[in-house]
Amino acid sequence: MAKVLVVTSGKGGVGKTTSTAALGAALAQTGKNVVVVDFDVGLRNLDLVMGAERRVVFDLINVVQGDAKLAQALIRDKRVETLSILPASQTRDKDALTPEGVARVIEELREKFDWVICDSPAGIERGAQLAMYHADQAVVVTNPEVSSVRDSDRIIGMLDSTTERAKKGEKIDKHLLLTRYDPARAARGEMLRTEDVLEILSIPLLGIIPESEEVLRASNLGMPVTLSNPTSAPSRAYFEAVRRLEGETLDVSVPTERKGLFDWLFKRSVA
Amino acid sequence: MSFLTSLFGRKTSAPIARDRLQILLAHERAGEGQSELIAKLQEEILEVIKRHISVDQDKVQIKMDRGAGVSMLEIDIEVPEAKPAAKTA
Repeated sequence: MAKVLVVTSGKGGVGKTTSTAALGAALAQTGKNVVVVDFDVGLRNLDLVMGAERRVVFDLINVVQGDAKLAQALIRDKRVETLSILPASQTRDKDALTPEGVARVIEELREKFDWVICDSPAGIERGAQLAMYHADQAVVVTNPEVSSVRDSDRIIGMLDSTTERAKKGEKIDKHLLLTRYDPARAARGEMLRTEDVLEILSIPLLGIIPESEEVLRASNLGMPVTLSNPTSAPSRAYFEAVRRLEGETLDVSVPTERKGLFDWLFKRSVA
Repeated sequence: MSFLTSLFGRKTSAPIARDRLQILLAHERAGEGQSELIAKLQEEILEVIKRHISVDQDKVQIKMDRGAGVSMLEIDIEVPEAKPAAKTA
Protein backbone atom coordinates (compact mmCIF):
# COMPACT_ATOMS: atom_id res chain seq x y z
CA MET A 1 0.00 0.00 0.00
CA ALA A 2 1.67 3.18 -1.19
CA LYS A 3 1.86 6.19 1.06
CA VAL A 4 1.71 9.77 -0.10
CA LEU A 5 3.70 12.14 2.06
CA VAL A 6 3.82 15.91 1.70
CA VAL A 7 6.77 17.90 2.99
CA THR A 8 5.44 21.34 3.76
CA SER A 9 6.04 24.39 5.98
CA GLY A 10 4.34 27.55 4.83
CA LYS A 11 7.51 29.55 5.25
CA GLY A 12 10.23 29.38 2.64
CA GLY A 13 13.85 28.52 3.29
CA VAL A 14 13.30 26.28 6.29
CA GLY A 15 14.54 23.12 4.59
CA LYS A 16 11.62 21.52 2.72
CA THR A 17 13.60 20.59 -0.36
CA THR A 18 16.65 19.48 1.61
CA SER A 19 14.42 17.36 3.82
CA THR A 20 12.47 15.92 0.89
CA ALA A 21 15.72 14.82 -0.73
CA ALA A 22 17.16 13.44 2.51
CA LEU A 23 14.01 11.60 3.63
CA GLY A 24 13.41 10.24 0.13
CA ALA A 25 16.98 9.02 -0.22
CA ALA A 26 17.02 7.57 3.31
CA LEU A 27 13.84 5.59 2.62
CA ALA A 28 15.24 4.39 -0.70
CA GLN A 29 18.54 3.45 0.97
CA THR A 30 16.58 1.06 3.15
CA GLY A 31 15.23 -0.62 0.03
CA LYS A 32 11.90 1.13 -0.39
CA ASN A 33 10.69 2.25 -3.80
CA VAL A 34 10.53 6.01 -3.54
CA VAL A 35 9.64 8.89 -5.82
CA VAL A 36 10.17 12.51 -4.84
CA VAL A 37 7.88 14.95 -6.65
CA ASP A 38 8.68 18.64 -6.99
CA PHE A 39 5.52 20.75 -6.80
CA ASP A 40 7.34 24.07 -6.87
CA VAL A 41 6.36 25.02 -10.40
CA GLY A 42 8.42 27.89 -11.75
CA LEU A 43 11.06 27.58 -9.03
CA ARG A 44 12.10 23.99 -9.26
CA ASN A 45 15.08 23.03 -7.15
CA LEU A 46 14.64 19.45 -6.04
CA ASP A 47 16.39 18.29 -9.23
CA LEU A 48 19.37 20.50 -8.38
CA VAL A 49 19.61 19.43 -4.76
CA MET A 50 19.46 15.80 -5.92
CA GLY A 51 22.04 16.28 -8.66
CA ALA A 52 19.64 15.48 -11.49
CA GLU A 53 19.41 18.95 -13.02
CA ARG A 54 21.10 17.98 -16.27
CA ARG A 55 18.88 14.99 -16.84
CA VAL A 56 15.49 16.74 -16.86
CA VAL A 57 13.60 16.26 -20.12
CA PHE A 58 9.94 16.21 -19.16
CA ASP A 59 8.34 17.44 -15.97
CA LEU A 60 5.25 17.17 -13.78
CA ILE A 61 3.27 19.60 -15.93
CA ASN A 62 4.04 17.72 -19.13
CA VAL A 63 2.64 14.61 -17.46
CA VAL A 64 -0.35 16.43 -15.96
CA GLN A 65 -1.23 17.83 -19.38
CA GLY A 66 -0.68 14.55 -21.14
CA ASP A 67 2.29 15.74 -23.22
CA ALA A 68 4.53 13.05 -21.77
CA LYS A 69 4.09 9.66 -20.21
CA LEU A 70 4.91 9.35 -16.53
CA ALA A 71 7.70 6.86 -17.29
CA GLN A 72 9.32 9.40 -19.62
CA ALA A 73 9.38 12.12 -16.99
CA LEU A 74 10.66 10.04 -14.07
CA ILE A 75 14.40 10.32 -13.51
CA ARG A 76 16.05 7.34 -11.86
CA ASP A 77 18.70 8.29 -9.32
CA LYS A 78 22.16 7.08 -10.33
CA ARG A 79 23.29 6.25 -6.80
CA VAL A 80 20.22 4.60 -5.30
CA GLU A 81 18.33 2.58 -7.84
CA THR A 82 15.04 2.53 -5.93
CA LEU A 83 14.91 6.35 -5.89
CA SER A 84 13.24 8.40 -8.62
CA ILE A 85 12.50 12.07 -9.07
CA LEU A 86 9.66 13.79 -10.88
CA PRO A 87 10.82 17.36 -11.51
CA ALA A 88 8.70 20.49 -11.60
CA SER A 89 8.51 22.72 -14.63
CA GLN A 90 10.82 25.69 -14.66
CA THR A 91 9.08 27.72 -17.32
CA ARG A 92 5.39 27.08 -16.93
CA ASP A 93 2.90 28.86 -14.75
CA LYS A 94 1.63 27.12 -11.64
CA ASP A 95 -1.90 27.41 -13.01
CA ALA A 96 -0.96 24.71 -15.49
CA LEU A 97 -1.36 22.24 -12.61
CA THR A 98 -4.98 21.11 -12.59
CA PRO A 99 -6.48 19.26 -9.64
CA GLU A 100 -7.71 16.46 -11.93
CA GLY A 101 -4.32 16.11 -13.61
CA VAL A 102 -2.50 16.00 -10.29
CA ALA A 103 -4.96 13.40 -8.98
CA ARG A 104 -4.30 11.21 -12.01
CA VAL A 105 -0.50 11.46 -11.66
CA ILE A 106 -0.59 10.72 -7.92
CA GLU A 107 -2.83 7.71 -8.57
CA GLU A 108 -0.36 6.38 -11.13
CA LEU A 109 2.59 6.98 -8.79
CA ARG A 110 0.83 5.12 -6.00
CA GLU A 111 0.79 2.02 -8.18
CA LYS A 112 4.52 2.18 -8.91
CA PHE A 113 6.07 3.20 -5.59
CA ASP A 114 5.98 2.49 -1.86
CA TRP A 115 6.43 6.16 -1.01
CA VAL A 116 5.37 9.23 -2.97
CA ILE A 117 7.00 12.27 -1.37
CA CYS A 118 5.69 15.65 -2.50
CA ASP A 119 7.93 18.67 -2.03
CA SER A 120 5.55 21.59 -1.46
CA PRO A 121 6.27 25.13 -2.59
CA ALA A 122 6.37 27.79 0.12
CA GLY A 123 3.22 29.75 0.83
CA ILE A 124 -0.37 28.65 1.35
CA GLU A 125 -1.73 29.11 -2.14
CA ARG A 126 -2.65 26.88 -5.01
CA GLY A 127 0.69 25.12 -5.42
CA ALA A 128 0.97 24.30 -1.73
CA GLN A 129 -2.66 23.17 -1.59
CA LEU A 130 -2.25 20.86 -4.57
CA ALA A 131 0.93 19.40 -3.07
CA MET A 132 -0.86 18.50 0.17
CA TYR A 133 -4.26 17.58 -1.24
CA HIS A 134 -3.67 13.84 -1.75
CA ALA A 135 -1.37 13.32 1.22
CA ASP A 136 -1.87 10.50 3.72
CA GLN A 137 0.85 11.94 5.90
CA ALA A 138 2.54 15.28 6.28
CA VAL A 139 5.96 16.34 7.46
CA VAL A 140 5.82 19.91 8.72
CA VAL A 141 9.31 21.37 8.50
CA THR A 142 9.86 24.04 11.13
CA ASN A 143 12.82 26.11 12.29
CA PRO A 144 13.00 27.08 15.97
CA GLU A 145 12.13 30.64 15.07
CA VAL A 146 8.91 32.63 15.57
CA SER A 147 7.87 33.24 11.95
CA SER A 148 8.45 29.63 10.98
CA VAL A 149 6.42 28.33 13.94
CA ARG A 150 3.56 30.67 13.15
CA ASP A 151 3.47 29.60 9.50
CA SER A 152 3.62 25.94 10.50
CA ASP A 153 0.55 26.52 12.65
CA ARG A 154 -1.31 27.85 9.61
CA ILE A 155 -0.21 24.89 7.51
CA ILE A 156 -1.33 22.42 10.19
CA GLY A 157 -4.74 24.10 10.11
CA MET A 158 -4.87 23.68 6.34
CA LEU A 159 -3.84 20.03 6.52
CA ASP A 160 -6.80 19.46 8.83
CA SER A 161 -9.28 21.29 6.64
CA THR A 162 -8.43 21.48 2.94
CA THR A 163 -6.94 18.07 2.12
CA GLU A 164 -8.81 15.20 0.51
CA ARG A 165 -8.60 13.16 3.72
CA ALA A 166 -9.91 16.05 5.81
CA LYS A 167 -12.83 16.49 3.44
CA LYS A 168 -13.69 12.80 3.79
CA GLY A 169 -13.59 13.19 7.55
CA GLU A 170 -10.40 11.13 7.79
CA LYS A 171 -7.26 11.96 9.70
CA ILE A 172 -4.02 12.99 8.11
CA ASP A 173 -0.91 11.97 10.06
CA LYS A 174 1.17 15.04 10.80
CA HIS A 175 4.78 14.98 11.93
CA LEU A 176 7.01 17.81 13.05
CA LEU A 177 10.54 17.95 11.67
CA LEU A 178 12.53 20.55 13.53
CA THR A 179 15.42 21.69 11.35
CA ARG A 180 18.45 23.93 11.82
CA TYR A 181 18.32 23.23 15.52
CA ASP A 182 21.23 24.32 17.68
CA PRO A 183 21.06 22.48 21.02
CA ALA A 184 23.69 24.70 22.61
CA ARG A 185 21.80 27.90 21.80
CA ALA A 186 18.53 26.33 22.94
CA ALA A 187 20.17 25.37 26.24
CA ARG A 188 21.34 28.96 26.69
CA GLY A 189 17.81 30.24 26.15
CA GLU A 190 18.70 31.90 22.85
CA MET A 191 16.58 29.63 20.69
CA LEU A 192 13.15 28.07 21.12
CA ARG A 193 13.55 24.64 22.64
CA THR A 194 12.09 21.51 21.12
CA GLU A 195 9.59 21.30 23.99
CA ASP A 196 8.45 24.88 23.33
CA VAL A 197 7.77 24.20 19.65
CA LEU A 198 6.06 20.90 20.43
CA GLU A 199 3.87 22.49 23.04
CA ILE A 200 2.84 25.28 20.69
CA LEU A 201 2.18 23.16 17.60
CA SER A 202 1.11 19.97 19.41
CA ILE A 203 1.90 17.45 16.69
CA PRO A 204 4.23 14.48 17.22
CA LEU A 205 7.94 14.93 16.66
CA LEU A 206 9.49 13.11 13.71
CA GLY A 207 13.02 14.30 14.29
CA ILE A 208 15.41 17.07 15.13
CA ILE A 209 17.89 17.95 12.43
CA PRO A 210 20.82 19.83 13.93
CA GLU A 211 22.27 22.84 12.15
CA SER A 212 25.20 21.44 10.21
CA GLU A 213 27.76 22.35 7.58
CA GLU A 214 27.11 18.99 6.00
CA VAL A 215 23.74 20.16 4.66
CA LEU A 216 25.24 22.93 2.50
CA ARG A 217 28.06 20.66 1.45
CA ALA A 218 25.51 18.08 0.30
CA SER A 219 23.56 20.56 -1.78
CA ASN A 220 26.81 21.89 -3.27
CA LEU A 221 27.52 18.35 -4.39
CA GLY A 222 23.99 17.69 -5.60
CA MET A 223 23.51 14.84 -3.17
CA PRO A 224 20.97 14.22 -0.43
CA VAL A 225 22.92 14.53 2.83
CA THR A 226 22.11 10.92 3.73
CA LEU A 227 24.13 9.91 0.66
CA SER A 228 26.95 12.45 0.78
CA ASN A 229 27.78 11.71 4.41
CA PRO A 230 25.58 9.01 5.91
CA THR A 231 27.24 9.12 9.32
CA SER A 232 27.01 12.90 9.81
CA ALA A 233 24.72 14.26 12.51
CA PRO A 234 21.94 15.46 10.16
CA SER A 235 22.02 12.19 8.24
CA ARG A 236 21.63 10.14 11.40
CA ALA A 237 18.68 12.33 12.34
CA TYR A 238 17.09 11.78 8.91
CA PHE A 239 17.63 8.02 9.10
CA GLU A 240 15.94 7.98 12.49
CA ALA A 241 13.09 10.12 11.16
CA VAL A 242 12.53 7.63 8.37
CA ARG A 243 12.32 4.75 10.83
CA ARG A 244 9.63 6.66 12.69
CA LEU A 245 7.79 7.24 9.41
CA GLU A 246 7.82 3.49 8.96
CA GLY A 247 6.12 3.14 12.31
CA GLU A 248 9.00 2.43 14.68
CA THR A 249 8.95 4.03 18.10
CA LEU A 250 12.30 5.57 18.96
CA ASP A 251 13.39 8.10 21.52
CA VAL A 252 14.16 11.39 19.83
CA SER A 253 17.65 12.73 20.36
CA VAL A 254 19.70 15.45 18.73
CA PRO A 255 22.61 13.75 16.99
CA THR A 256 25.90 15.62 17.29
CA GLU A 257 29.00 15.55 15.11
CA ARG A 258 31.66 13.21 16.33
CA LYS A 259 34.63 15.52 16.13
CA GLY A 260 38.18 14.32 16.42
CA LEU A 261 40.98 16.33 17.97
CA PHE A 262 42.26 17.16 14.50
CA ASP A 263 38.91 18.67 13.45
CA TRP A 264 38.82 20.65 16.62
CA LEU A 265 42.32 22.07 16.16
CA PHE A 266 41.67 22.79 12.49
CA LYS A 267 38.46 24.64 13.22
CA ARG A 268 40.20 26.71 15.83
CA SER A 269 42.97 27.74 13.49
CA VAL A 270 40.54 28.80 10.77
CA ALA A 271 38.16 30.68 13.03
CA MET B 1 27.46 31.34 30.20
CA SER B 2 24.31 31.56 32.26
CA PHE B 3 26.14 33.19 35.13
CA LEU B 4 27.52 35.71 32.64
CA THR B 5 24.09 36.60 31.32
CA SER B 6 22.74 36.94 34.82
CA LEU B 7 25.75 39.06 35.70
CA PHE B 8 24.96 41.50 32.94
CA GLY B 9 21.25 41.23 33.56
CA ARG B 10 20.40 40.35 29.97
CA LYS B 11 17.34 38.15 29.74
CA THR B 12 17.29 35.20 27.42
CA SER B 13 15.13 35.70 24.36
CA ALA B 14 13.68 32.25 23.74
CA PRO B 15 11.06 32.41 26.56
CA ILE B 16 9.90 35.74 25.13
CA ALA B 17 9.56 34.17 21.70
CA ARG B 18 7.55 31.31 23.19
CA ASP B 19 5.17 33.61 25.06
CA ARG B 20 4.63 35.86 22.03
CA LEU B 21 3.85 32.85 19.87
CA GLN B 22 1.45 31.37 22.37
CA ILE B 23 -0.58 34.57 22.57
CA LEU B 24 -0.52 35.18 18.83
CA LEU B 25 -1.52 31.65 17.88
CA ALA B 26 -4.29 31.51 20.45
CA HIS B 27 -5.82 34.46 18.60
CA GLU B 28 -5.13 33.18 15.11
CA ARG B 29 -6.64 29.80 15.90
CA ALA B 30 -9.73 31.45 17.38
CA GLY B 31 -10.76 32.04 13.82
CA GLU B 32 -9.92 33.92 10.74
CA GLY B 33 -13.16 35.86 11.16
CA GLN B 34 -11.45 37.84 13.92
CA SER B 35 -9.96 40.43 11.62
CA GLU B 36 -13.29 40.70 9.83
CA LEU B 37 -15.02 41.23 13.15
CA ILE B 38 -12.76 44.16 13.95
CA ALA B 39 -13.42 45.72 10.56
CA LYS B 40 -17.15 45.26 11.01
CA LEU B 41 -17.17 46.69 14.52
CA GLN B 42 -15.23 49.67 13.31
CA GLU B 43 -17.59 50.26 10.41
CA GLU B 44 -20.78 49.97 12.46
CA ILE B 45 -19.57 52.06 15.37
CA LEU B 46 -18.60 54.82 12.98
CA GLU B 47 -21.95 54.57 11.27
CA VAL B 48 -23.78 55.19 14.54
CA ILE B 49 -21.62 58.16 15.38
CA LYS B 50 -21.99 59.64 11.92
CA ARG B 51 -25.73 59.66 12.38
CA HIS B 52 -25.27 62.34 14.99
CA ILE B 53 -22.14 64.22 14.04
CA SER B 54 -19.97 64.56 11.01
CA VAL B 55 -16.70 62.74 11.49
CA ASP B 56 -13.57 63.28 9.47
CA GLN B 57 -12.19 59.86 8.46
CA ASP B 58 -8.64 61.08 9.07
CA LYS B 59 -9.53 61.90 12.65
CA VAL B 60 -10.41 58.34 13.51
CA GLN B 61 -7.75 56.12 15.04
CA ILE B 62 -8.23 52.45 15.60
CA LYS B 63 -5.89 50.38 17.67
CA MET B 64 -5.92 46.75 18.57
CA ASP B 65 -4.02 45.08 21.38
CA ARG B 66 -4.30 41.34 21.60
CA GLY B 67 -3.45 40.15 25.08
CA ALA B 68 -3.27 36.72 26.67
CA GLY B 69 -6.54 36.97 28.56
CA VAL B 70 -8.26 39.90 26.96
CA SER B 71 -8.04 41.99 23.81
CA MET B 72 -8.65 45.67 23.53
CA LEU B 73 -10.15 47.49 20.60
CA GLU B 74 -9.58 51.17 20.92
CA ILE B 75 -11.46 53.57 18.69
CA ASP B 76 -10.40 57.14 19.06
CA ILE B 77 -12.61 59.68 17.34
CA GLU B 78 -11.94 63.34 17.32
CA VAL B 79 -15.33 65.00 17.68
CA PRO B 80 -15.36 68.42 16.12
CA GLU B 81 -16.49 71.20 18.36
CA ALA B 82 -19.88 72.62 17.60
CA LYS B 83 -19.27 75.66 15.48
CA PRO B 84 -19.71 78.80 17.55
CA ALA B 85 -22.52 80.96 16.35
CA ALA B 86 -21.31 83.56 13.91
CA LYS B 87 -20.48 86.72 15.70
CA THR B 88 -22.28 89.75 14.69
CA ALA B 89 -20.34 92.90 15.08
